[in-house]
Amino acid sequence: MFGDYSIGDLGSIFVMQGFAGLILFSVYVLMALGLAIIFGQMGVINMAHGEFMILGAYVTWMTSNFFQAFLPSLFSGYFFLAMILAFLASGALGMLVEWALIRHLYKRPLDTLLATWGLSLMLQQAYRSIFGAREVGVDLPQWMLGSLKVTDSIEVPINGVFVMGLTVLITVVVAYVLYKSRWGRQVRAVVQNRIMAGAVGINTEKVDRYTFGLGCGIAGIAGSAFTMIGSTGPTSGQLYIVDTFLVVVFGGAASLLGTIASAFSISQTQSTLEFFMSGSMAKVLTLLAVVGILMLRPQGLFALKVRK
Amino acid sequence: MINSRFFNRSELIGFIALAAILFVILPLSLDVFRLNLVAKYLTYAFVAIGLVLCWGYGGILSLGQGVFFGLGGYCMAMFLKLEASSVENTKIQSTPGIPDFMDWNQITSLPLFWQPFHSLTFTIAAIILVPGLFALIIGTAMFKRRVGGTYFAIITQAVAAILTILIVGQQGYTGGINGMTDLRTLKGWDIRPDHAKIILYFVEVVLLFACIGIAQFIRLTKLGRILVAMREQEDRVRFSGYSVANFKIFAFCMAAVFAAIGGAMFALNVGFMSPSFVGIVPSIEMVIYTAVGGRMSIFGAVWGSLLVNFAKTGLSESFPQLWLFGLGALFIAVVLAFPNGLSGIWADYVQPRIDRLLASRKSKSGTPWADNSVADGAPAE
Repeated sequence: MFGDYSIGDLGSIFVMQGFAGLILFSVYVLMALGLAIIFGQMGVINMAHGEFMILGAYVTWMTSNFFQAFLPSLFSGYFFLAMILAFLASGALGMLVEWALIRHLYKRPLDTLLATWGLSLMLQQAYRSIFGAREVGVDLPQWMLGSLKVTDSIEVPINGVFVMGLTVLITVVVAYVLYKSRWGRQVRAVVQNRIMAGAVGINTEKVDRYTFGLGCGIAGIAGSAFTMIGSTGPTSGQLYIVDTFLVVVFGGAASLLGTIASAFSISQTQSTLEFFMSGSMAKVLTLLAVVGILMLRPQGLFALKVRK
Repeated sequence: MINSRFFNRSELIGFIALAAILFVILPLSLDVFRLNLVAKYLTYAFVAIGLVLCWGYGGILSLGQGVFFGLGGYCMAMFLKLEASSVENTKIQSTPGIPDFMDWNQITSLPLFWQPFHSLTFTIAAIILVPGLFALIIGTAMFKRRVGGTYFAIITQAVAAILTILIVGQQGYTGGINGMTDLRTLKGWDIRPDHAKIILYFVEVVLLFACIGIAQFIRLTKLGRILVAMREQEDRVRFSGYSVANFKIFAFCMAAVFAAIGGAMFALNVGFMSPSFVGIVPSIEMVIYTAVGGRMSIFGAVWGSLLVNFAKTGLSESFPQLWLFGLGALFIAVVLAFPNGLSGIWADYVQPRIDRLLASRKSKSGTPWADNSVADGAPAE
């Protein structure tokens, strides 16, 4: 298997495959962060999470078109505005959905799964009716094209580096909000003991709504970042939803660190295996390993110790 | 009051109505093409009945029933495909006697795991045993470690994803994304002409009623009651000395076997099998049929499969744009407003009126049975 390559070539291949894995890791982390908040903290299975992500991607696409048409001089910076808009759009839709649908179902977690699946079908059809069935791609500004030459044989694409930087930033912000801010303490209090949290004066309904909104908003940012590396269609969200759920479950729900660790190990395994075998077999083996480990250790990598 | 009869009165009415419609009315009123469509929809009813047992009664939501449907279907399709790929039929291939998709993928001899599927006996055993054992392994691994609820749902979903990717990826061994097409004969008997389709339809309906009978039997025994008790208060059942995991494994395996029978009938009736009936989307749709029909009702599961699929075909033929909106709205409405589905609506709104009507008529004529019939007709759940 290694016969045709020299040691140096192999090293470069591993670095570049590793980097491809890092980009996949970034997408997983961005998607899984939102899901970890919603599933891990609230126990709600949001099957429409992928569609919230795609909403962010479409918002980014519309912003880029707007800038191209009306403000071409500012085009190089459109992405930052697009990201904020994507966050707001997905977050607002998320809060609306929580108010109309999810809050009636907190006592029936399996039913939220069915209801949000229905929601995802409706959103997919809405995207198809509004934006068309064809996949759309975003024109990247000039500075994001091309790649950085690290050594003679190792090159990394700039948009990948950008997405990774973005992921680190968002993760730090989310961790700060959840673990340091007053609101984050309220969220964690509600998760650990809803009745006591209510008794000490936390408005649990409001906390639920904003938590769901935050999770969906992060999905919107994930969609925004997703346009940097791939094209967007009405059903793109569906492709990632199972992987993302596995990332969250594998990491141990309710553990931010676990989510990041599991996203890293899953994406690195997959992209390294992809070099040695077909993409589909790499994915099968990765998922099988994850499911196998989950059968041995159902609580995931990093389990939160709580009294039930 | 524990009912010692196999069906109580309202179930008996449901049974007779369903039997009359499936055995008499539909075959007489529909042409062969439409009847074949009904046969296709009824294959999902097998899965839905299994889900009533495992989800409605046992409280275990599996989002991977497509896996078992697919395993059953692929076992049947492998047998039919081998028979269709006899040496005479495939003499234009570079290697005659192997399925056409293997030839296209430069495979020159029949893989080892295909060999036993020359035998019909083995195939029928495999249709039951392969999904049953697979469910046993998953169930044992999960339930013995007390994994349940949402985690189980997500892991079964991942299994569905894995199997789909595997089937699509291993084109040479499984037919890939196109699946196994061009299935022709069963032991020399052509399954494609109209009269064969009618016979297959009746075979399927008979099997369906057999499954309904088994499910109803399980429901009425102590086992069925423990399943319900477990769904409501798992810990109390455990503390009473029952092995909760074993009951869950049993319910899950039964659901898997029912789904596999449905899958095998699908391959026979529709004449092909493809990964698009295995993955996550079909698996969730099967759960939806059960939810629409009523997760607690065996007959409701059959009605749910039929009605949702009729609506799907009808709406997607005439309003392809509206279909997904309609389906999505249906799920949300069923979950939010009617958690017990159609059978719940029937039991809550229609049944009491019929009972009242009957009771008032009987009390006028002075029948002593009036009280009893009301108690009997009241929904058990």
